[in-house]
Amino acid sequence: MNHILKIESLTRQFKSGDKTLTVVNNITFEIEEGISCAIVGPSGSGKTTLLGLSAGLDQPTSGDVTLNGINLKPLNEDQRAEVRNRHVGFVFQTFQLVPTLTAVENVMVPLELRGEATNQVRERAIGLLEEVGLGERSHHYPTQLSGGEQQRVAVARAFINDPKILFADEPTGNLDSETGEHIENLIFDLNRKQGTTLVLVTHDLDLADKCDRVIKLKNGEVDSDIFKSSEEAVA
Amino acid sequence: MAWRDSRSNRKKLFLYLAAIIVGVAAQVAISSFRENLNDSINEQSKELLGADLEVEKNSPFHDELEIYLDSLGGERSDALSFTSMAFFPKSGTTRLSQITALEGDFPYYGALKTDPQSASDTFQKTAGALVDEPILLQFGLQPGDSVKIGLVTYEIAGALQEIPGQPVAASFFGPRIFIPRENIEATGLLQRGSQLEYISYIKYPEGTDPILVESTLDAMNDSVRFGYDDVAERKEEVGEAILYLSNFLNLIGFIALLLGGIGVASSIFVYIRQKISTVAVLRCVGASSNQAMSIYLIQAVFMGFIGASIGAIIGSLIQLYLPVLVQDFVPVDIELALSWSSIFIGIITGVSISLIFALFPLLAVRKISPLFTLRSVDINLSKLLNWITRFTLFGLIGVSVVGYAWLMLNDILAALFFTLGLVFCLLLLSGIAFLIMKGAQKFNPKAFGYEFRQGLANLYRPNNQTSTLLLTFGLGVTLISSLYLTQDMLLGTINFDDGQDLPNLALYDIQYDQNEGVNKIILDNDMELLQNVPIVTMRLQSINDTTVAEFMADSSRKPRSWALNREYRSTYRDSLVSTETVESGVFVGTVTDPDDLVPISVSTDLMNDLNAQVGDTIVWDVQGIPISSFIAGTRTVDWQTPQPNFFVVFPTGVLEPAPQFFATTLNTPSREASLELQQKIVQAYPNVSAIDIGQVLETVRDFIDKITFVIQFIGLFSIITGLIVLAGSAATSRYQRIREAVLLRTLGAKQKQVIKIQVIEYVFLGIMAALTGLTLSVGASALLGYFYFDIDFVPNFTILGIETLILIGLVLTIGLLNTRGIHTRPPLEILRDQAA
Repeated sequence: MNHILKIESLTRQFKSGDKTLTVVNNITFEIEEGISCAIVGPSGSGKTTLLGLSAGLDQPTSGDVTLNGINLKPLNEDQRAEVRNRHVGFVFQTFQLVPTLTAVENVMVPLELRGEATNQVRERAIGLLEEVGLGERSHHYPTQLSGGEQQRVAVARAFINDPKILFADEPTGNLDSETGEHIENLIFDLNRKQGTTLVLVTHDLDLADKCDRVIKLKNGEVDSDIFKSSEEAVA
Repeated sequence: MAWRDSRSNRKKLFLYLAAIIVGVAAQVAISSFRENLNDSINEQSKELLGADLEVEKNSPFHDELEIYLDSLGGERSDALSFTSMAFFPKSGTTRLSQITALEGDFPYYGALKTDPQSASDTFQKTAGALVDEPILLQFGLQPGDSVKIGLVTYEIAGALQEIPGQPVAASFFGPRIFIPRENIEATGLLQRGSQLEYISYIKYPEGTDPILVESTLDAMNDSVRFGYDDVAERKEEVGEAILYLSNFLNLIGFIALLLGGIGVASSIFVYIRQKISTVAVLRCVGASSNQAMSIYLIQAVFMGFIGASIGAIIGSLIQLYLPVLVQDFVPVDIELALSWSSIFIGIITGVSISLIFALFPLLAVRKISPLFTLRSVDINLSKLLNWITRFTLFGLIGVSVVGYAWLMLNDILAALFFTLGLVFCLLLLSGIAFLIMKGAQKFNPKAFGYEFRQGLANLYRPNNQTSTLLLTFGLGVTLISSLYLTQDMLLGTINFDDGQDLPNLALYDIQYDQNEGVNKIILDNDMELLQNVPIVTMRLQSINDTTVAEFMADSSRKPRSWALNREYRSTYRDSLVSTETVESGVFVGTVTDPDDLVPISVSTDLMNDLNAQVGDTIVWDVQGIPISSFIAGTRTVDWQTPQPNFFVVFPTGVLEPAPQFFATTLNTPSREASLELQQKIVQAYPNVSAIDIGQVLETVRDFIDKITFVIQFIGLFSIITGLIVLAGSAATSRYQRIREAVLLRTLGAKQKQVIKIQVIEYVFLGIMAALTGLTLSVGASALLGYFYFDIDFVPNFTILGIETLILIGLVLTIGLLNTRGIHTRPPLEILRDQAA
């Protein structure tokens, strides 16, 4: 099986006054293409930092990240941005929509940043919004949408560039349980349909249980790494 | 609690206080300056005139007046004032100058400031001349060189630096030259047709009652017409002029302060919006609504006080610079001192403005519910206020503005008009700003690139301050741009092309027997005469058998007194010229029998001022000879052309034998040729005066430039306030912008794209601010042109274009400075922000 993400001896340290804080400590793992993987652990265990490093949002102190066969280490910020734009999708806990753009415009952003033709992009964005059940609300601004609806727009945006890998950071953390479940299903459905690899950071053990693999972090190190069969995982 | 709460946001609030600082600085600077100027006028009141009494008349005084002036005792100086060409042999240059031929010890108060100082005492004894310093510098002359006035050559005894009571601006339209009155006849300039002013300066002996002198002169003035001024009157005139100027500047400064107030209100709105959760928590733990409001009220008042105090200090420093701006226009030396009353009023005004404007958001604090701790809601603070509260607050602001304007203008009606005008302006600006924003929202074309659309969309982001910015900027831009456009409009009327057909040199006071000689010099120099017109001076004796004296005695008269009393300079010719068209009746070119009623042509403006009709009879006093005429027709005259135009034109065949002089206009090929010709004519005929039209226009331009610069300097405060509000707004939305920039970076935007979005946003804001302000300024200038100057206004698109570019540049610079570093934030912050 191909590895979409390879993490090798990854370390990230922060300076705090005279002290050096090691948040991610010499972590190595690989994620196979098409699976879903949850990263869990208590607060301060390094989950978010690991996600940021894996997605090329931050530079490690040492070690390597290889995303879809591209080593991120030698790339500058603009080059890493291009890698994210081509291969990565994101879903955040706080939705992170651009308030001045309508739902459909928000979904279009990643492809528009590439300079792709607007009409085709728009059609695709509307198609995705229909898939997440927001076809009727494509011209609403974020403030006119509920939290669940905003997160559905974010999910549609995450899939518009046909990402190889989707990073989700507590995607249901700001939603009530019913809406949260709806979003979870959406993400897993699209993940399965498009063959996207899913990496999600969560405190929610029920959500983690739905993934093929669960990596548990503790004090910046991998505490456990459990693989499940896919039938077991999504059941 | 108020202090502790402000800890994390003091920097942000302080930026907004800058708006108050600028407003108060403008106020304190202007009112301190006014107070200093008033003090200086009071202290130097006698120097405004240089004597206790000045009497003037354009002919020698009548015996009755002479006898009375002599009876006053005290000291007396006599002067003759006229314009004449001055020729400077060393530099070979000539210049039309204002000559004062003086006899006596004038000035009695203050001194003629000269270099060397002794020259002011000696020039009369040594038959020397005092010449305005700037002209000496311009022509490279020094005391010891000479100046020829008429037929007499005087040695320049000193450079004239200051004349009591005369602002430097008095020399703009011709250098001032003092010569002794003794032997003035030798100059050959006191001939018929010369415009002479006879002036006497009197210093009263001890115990003279100025009021008694005034009433005696008033009584005498009914029969013998002359002009006079005493210290009290001059002081009142100067004081009034200064008061009008400083009130005007003060109100412009006050507008800057009001804009600051709008800035404060909008900033506190944004500030409080960020504090909603804090207020909700405080309410939860038992704070009353008043306690919650007090926290922010104390912050607003405290910050207002700090801002106003800093503004007062800066204003006191700026007033040191103001005299440099206006010294040319005021007739006294301005002595500077700290004006505590101005500082006090400035601080009180600043605090009040910040308090009143802050009340809008602060009263909304009272409505923040403790429930907000449990449920995050997006609240529109302004909607928390009911209409009664809003109405009361707007009323309070209105009353404060009227009150302040009343204090400044001392006239409740003027204050009400000022407030109404301001409200109208703000409503109009808000309307234009609203339309522009709506237009931008509708216009945002899908065909344009993402960066373009995102940049434009940022202008109507939630919690945007675009309207406030357009309002504050718009008012400043309107103010400054209107001045520029009006200045341009005025200059445009005197901005003639250098075409061959328009004259650029005018010669006048050419005596009858000199006319041929002057014409010969012109033709010998290969130049063409454009006009050579005879001029006959005359006065009105009667209209339809009613004498001028009878008209003047009638308080309900319709003809205006200037038209009845002036000395007319009329011409005679057999046809109309290109600047004239017949309006009504006929133009009669020639008469054969001069003893019949003479058919004359009168300009339409004079017809109105004389309240005359075609067919009316007028008897003229032509230097002692009565000539009866009737109005055969009227003409419209284009007075704006630089050539001799006349109120009254006689037909040929009547005035030829009358004493007359000539005026000649011509077009010289170059400035050098013009100067050479002037020199030749003045040397041959010293009494002939030349007006270099090009030079006059340059002087007028300089004069208008100087005046408008003073007003623009004050208007600039409004622009600065607008920039501060912009900087504050950019700083306030910084957090939101960082989030957006980081989000876009996360989704794959390149640094260049993020910067491009911001540049587009600020360029659009600049364009919108320019459109808002410039639209109104074009309207204001057009109205001013139509109603006040009677000029058809054509906007100068070069000026508008340059203003737009400057504005865009300013907005872009401030915006990018305030959002600097945003695009360098690592995308990881998006995750940290969530975790936080």
